Amino acid sequence: MNVSALIITLVLDSIQYAAFLFVASLGLTITFGVMRVLNVANGSIYAWGAYAGAVTIGLLVKQGVHPGMALALGAAAGIIAGVVLGLLIEAALLRFLYNVDEVIIVIATFGLFMVLENLLLLTFGVQTYLAYEPMMSFGTITAFGVTRDLYGIFLMGVSVLSGALVWLMLTRTGTGKLLTAVIEDSAISSALGVRVRRLFALTFAGGCALTAVAGALIAPTVSVAPGFSLDVIVFSLALIVIGGLGSVPGAMVAALLLGFARALAVHFFAELEYFAVFAVMVAVLLVRPDGLIPLPKPRQI
Amino acid sequence: MIKVSKSAARLALGVFLGGMASSVALAQSEPVTMGVVTFFSGPAAASTGLPGRNGAELIIEAINSGSLPAPYNSVGLAGRKIDPAYLDEAGGNAKAITETRNLIQRRGAQVLVGYTGSGTCLAVTPVVEELKVLTLFANCGTPRIFEEEKRNYVFRTMGHTVSDGVAAARYLADVSKDLKKVTGINQNYSFGTDAWAEFTASTSALIPNLAISDKPQWPKFLAGQYSTELSALMLDDSSLVYSSFWGGDLEALILQGAARGLFERKQVMLSMGADAYDRLGKQVPDGVIVGGRGPYGLLVRDRDTVLNRWFIKSYREKYGHEPNSASYFFAQGVLAAKVGYDRAMEKHKAFPTTDQVVETMRGMEFESFSTTVKFALGNGHQAVTENGYGMTSFDAKENRPALKNVKFYPPACLFPPDGTASQEWLKSGVKDAKC
Repeated sequence: MNVSALIITLVLDSIQYAAFLFVASLGLTITFGVMRVLNVANGSIYAWGAYAGAVTIGLLVKQGVHPGMALALGAAAGIIAGVVLGLLIEAALLRFLYNVDEVIIVIATFGLFMVLENLLLLTFGVQTYLAYEPMMSFGTITAFGVTRDLYGIFLMGVSVLSGALVWLMLTRTGTGKLLTAVIEDSAISSALGVRVRRLFALTFAGGCALTAVAGALIAPTVSVAPGFSLDVIVFSLALIVIGGLGSVPGAMVAALLLGFARALAVHFFAELEYFAVFAVMVAVLLVRPDGLIPLPKPRQI
Repeated sequence: MIKVSKSAARLALGVFLGGMASSVALAQSEPVTMGVVTFFSGPAAASTGLPGRNGAELIIEAINSGSLPAPYNSVGLAGRKIDPAYLDEAGGNAKAITETRNLIQRRGAQVLVGYTGSGTCLAVTPVVEELKVLTLFANCGTPRIFEEEKRNYVFRTMGHTVSDGVAAARYLADVSKDLKKVTGINQNYSFGTDAWAEFTASTSALIPNLAISDKPQWPKFLAGQYSTELSALMLDDSSLVYSSFWGGDLEALILQGAARGLFERKQVMLSMGADAYDRLGKQVPDGVIVGGRGPYGLLVRDRDTVLNRWFIKSYREKYGHEPNSASYFFAQGVLAAKVGYDRAMEKHKAFPTTDQVVETMRGMEFESFSTTVKFALGNGHQAVTENGYGMTSFDAKENRPALKNVKFYPPACLFPPDGTASQEWLKSGVKDAKC
């Protein structure tokens, strides 16, 4: 076996899987970071985005639209699905729960998860949706004896870009600063004139949009069918716990760590693939119970 | 108020049932309730559950109207129409057991056809044996059901998975002689691990020169993302990749594999690939070896018999597309019930009891839509059929998925002799197989 090819493959595999996990759990990270809402239904939002994307891409390609264009519009459909769902969920459920215990929110969003899954089944049925044309039209690249699909590399780029944008938005813009103030103390912020509820609604809708667009972009690589989001639900929760709940840089580091652990396992101990992911989680939590890069805890008097 | 009306309903039902039992004339006009069980929700619904349900529904309607081709063109099961009762298999074994009991005891099912998961089949077998209800497993694959114990009311109307592995090895020995080493990617649950074990045991017996990689891939069921596994498969020095993936996982593996150039670098064999090829068409490159658990679906699309032509045409007219392998499995299960009831009726000159049907079906042979079915194993309860594989070769002129080098092997070549456990037979190097 060619050693350099193996190393390049390992690195790319790690990054590609990390990019997938990161982009799928970015929405989850920011809704927790800003609102302290652990949205268990995040996986359903992802699935809704994937269905919206797959259906849109499938319809457009059938009409003869260029696959790249279809992908862009599919992503847009994902964003729309995410925003609409996010605003609806916020208005119908979350706003009644902002002052209750976080555990209650977990239980409520778990219920929401079941509702959304069944609504998916009602809306799209059990059949599978295929939207492979964009991935196929991107083609492949071969270098140093390693062949990769360009769509995978495109997804890595999207992942890094969206992570950077979200982080910049949270730390460098006026809205981001308002959000930071709300995170520190929502009561005082609201007394000072910050429209906390509106900020929460926007954050939640934004988080859902991110998750849904991730689903829409993954759709071309899979067959979108009931149950396809199961892994995302489990792994994105593992990821944000490892990274430190709510921390964007933490999520990024955790994604890379998980991607690398999984790639190593697949290449050398295939049976341990899933064990590796959770072994990393256990190891990290033993040493850093709050995760790798936890959010700073606000001091309150 | 509600309580009163409920007990009134029970009373009415009791009177009705009592009346039914005492009146032969009434009983004869009563339809036979047939439970049809498969996945109507969950990950297996799209690829297996709904096509299976449709196959069953089509045949039940044809039996009720007497419109099946001869010799099956009489109306009903031994003259009585079928009243189908559909049941969703999803939700786990405990639920399947409870719901199967309900299906029999509350909804009055007299014969059951279906069941797709091997786990469900193993779980409901003791229940239906206890309740003495004729049960025809139409799809599930594990050989264990009839090898662990003698069954009385349970039959399986298609071959078990061991024949898939043996046929795969025979096909490779015949068609792709120059392969040196094989690796695999299979789902990490019973169907995937069994398929790989049966396949490698078969190649060890029939192609001893084919080395087996010590690094097969075991992604989780429904993993969906196979980029890393594909890398590992491509770095492996095996020339052949075997997979028993099915449904959405298989479609994802094919698409991601095609995008990564897997099919140009490796000979790929997909034991459940025929249905996926049927759906994905030219997204599956040419030269991939595909199977479908027997002579069903795309593998027999061009088989020119009256029954097969009728089945494909009627299915297409009703559902808008060709029947896949699961459609055939379930159609065959329902047809087996008809043949059993009709022949028992002929023998006993009256509508047969379940025990009479069981006795007639034991060891029975009949012509199904695409092949001959014979209950040859498991004391006459486990069907054997031919089994085979083909190679994808897209027909650009007609713009449809087509196969070349399709090869089928007769049952005696693929199944252990009756009474021999499959695992021992594989270990013995498939002794006494007659090809």
